[in-house]
Amino acid sequence: MTIERAVSPAQRAIQVLGDDLTETTLKRYLEGIPGIDAVGLEQRAAGLGTRSIKTTSKAWALDRIIELIDLTTLEGADTPGKVRSLVAKALLPDPSDLSTPRVAAVCVYGDMVPYAVEALGAAHSAGTDEGVNVAAVATAFPSGRASLAVKLADTADAVAAGADEIDMVIDRGAFLSGRFGQVFDEIVAVKEACRRADGSYAHLKVILETGELNTYDNVRRASWLAILAGGDFIKTSTGKVAPAATLPVTLSMLEVVRDWHRLTGEKIGVKPAGGIRSSKDAIKYVVTVAETVGEEWLQPHLFRFGASSLLNDVLLQRQKMKSGHYSGADYVTID
Amino acid sequence: MTHIAVPKTYKLFIGGAFPRSESGRTYEVATPKGVFLANAAKASRKDARDAVVAARGAVSGWAGATAYNRGQVLYRVAEVLEGRRAQFEDEIVRQEGVSASAARAQVDEAIDRWVWYAGWTDKFTQVVGNANPVAGPYFNLTVPEPTGVVAIVAPQDSSLLGLVSAVAPALVSGNAVVVVASETFPLSSITLAEVLATSDLPKGVVNVLTGSPAEIAPWLASHADVNALDLVGAGALDWIDLEIAAADTLKRVYPPENGPDAAAPALSRITAFTETKTVWHTKALI
Repeated sequence: MTIERAVSPAQRAIQVLGDDLTETTLKRYLEGIPGIDAVGLEQRAAGLGTRSIKTTSKAWALDRIIELIDLTTLEGADTPGKVRSLVAKALLPDPSDLSTPRVAAVCVYGDMVPYAVEALGAAHSAGTDEGVNVAAVATAFPSGRASLAVKLADTADAVAAGADEIDMVIDRGAFLSGRFGQVFDEIVAVKEACRRADGSYAHLKVILETGELNTYDNVRRASWLAILAGGDFIKTSTGKVAPAATLPVTLSMLEVVRDWHRLTGEKIGVKPAGGIRSSKDAIKYVVTVAETVGEEWLQPHLFRFGASSLLNDVLLQRQKMKSGHYSGADYVTID
Repeated sequence: MTHIAVPKTYKLFIGGAFPRSESGRTYEVATPKGVFLANAAKASRKDARDAVVAARGAVSGWAGATAYNRGQVLYRVAEVLEGRRAQFEDEIVRQEGVSASAARAQVDEAIDRWVWYAGWTDKFTQVVGNANPVAGPYFNLTVPEPTGVVAIVAPQDSSLLGLVSAVAPALVSGNAVVVVASETFPLSSITLAEVLATSDLPKGVVNVLTGSPAEIAPWLASHADVNALDLVGAGALDWIDLEIAAADTLKRVYPPENGPDAAAPALSRITAFTETKTVWHTKALI
């Protein structure tokens, strides 16, 4: 592999780095990004986490959180039946309260996409703004250890089956050993594999797996890399590696998204995933988004929670606010 | 060198840990003559909520332990209680203003009751369970099972004995407990919690809240994840309202008891917090 190998063309990268897009220029750009003040970042995140959100604000936040959830099942033991019950929950999160909003999407493995699409039926958004999306993890999720051809086939397969969103993983090994060009090329290629027959593209979420990137500086670099290569969303984690999403990591990614918006006017989405289990935690993320990139980001096409158990906790909180007494796990479905 | 006494901070006991109240509140505990004794944590509804979460998490493990094992653990609690009797006696004397011999008698009685209930763990099933006669080639078995999370308002006029008499029976069958201690005499409850924390009792099986029962009990009574309510020490509260709140989620409710015989040891206190399961089983296929 030569270091001067030209990376594949990507509109955004050419816009920012110029026509002379090589691995060297990309590397020089990414390594020239200023480092992160880790203590300051963690302090800022902790400060944002102390906001007290009560009564009507809390009710608003809980409903919005549900609308932002990618209801997820990514287990080896998943079955079509499990996916169908997940979809049923996505459509009707709380059968005892029909005012409960629907979640943004269901997130499943690629081979489960047909079952999710079938179960959603008319409620499937299928490219429109109404309804529930189907997101599929692809590119040899969660490790990403497969050849590019396999990753692209994995992606194309899910898109062909009807996935509206693709959650890809980056090659952390390549990223950590400094082969930014390879990571960049892969994202560009996967983006291309998201192309549907009619010329439109499935939304591409790029999973950085921040738990394996070790430093905030790496997270920031990987975020820039993913955006430059054409990612529509940057996502923290697969949920299979600890630590998964944390507030400081998400904050640092939101800062990149804010900077990109200032630079180009383009809005990139952020998806923290894994480890967000309580409404209280989720509300901290909502505050962080509103304070970092603005409230307009609190929409399903710009911010998502990747979660499975979070929804139940939000439903319990909703029931508590509505009934005035504490609810229990017997009053929500078992996933 | 002079020694400066290190007074104990009395906190709550939730999920095996000793947190302060999330509200940050405390209240003063005094002797009957009004002399300051200590600051106790004043639990809020959110502490009660956290305690129920801890108790719910502990139910499966405690109920799933063998009856023999539960008995061993409860007996161990009595052993550790015995070892710390001086501290309990001292606290009872200071809180209740009784004589040293009365305090000693109360600790004796508390330990005896604890041991008595510990012995029931692997025996009460035989007494209240049954092999029912049926006209067919089947067994028909009735067995008691723990109800789940039991919220208890402990007797308010007793520091240690009342608490033990209310908590121990609920533990026998495998329930997890959230207990609101005596508001006037809360210190023994936290010292008992220290005993429980060092007696192999799984964390969350007993959770102790100190503070105002009038404030906390309604939240426990209406809590949908609490399965039963023992109002033994709620005689001075609006306990009819608590029963009504409990009825909304079909809780088992045990009514208040007053007087010196309140919460006297009885098998009925164990069976009050059990559910009856009856199963059919084929005798054999031969």
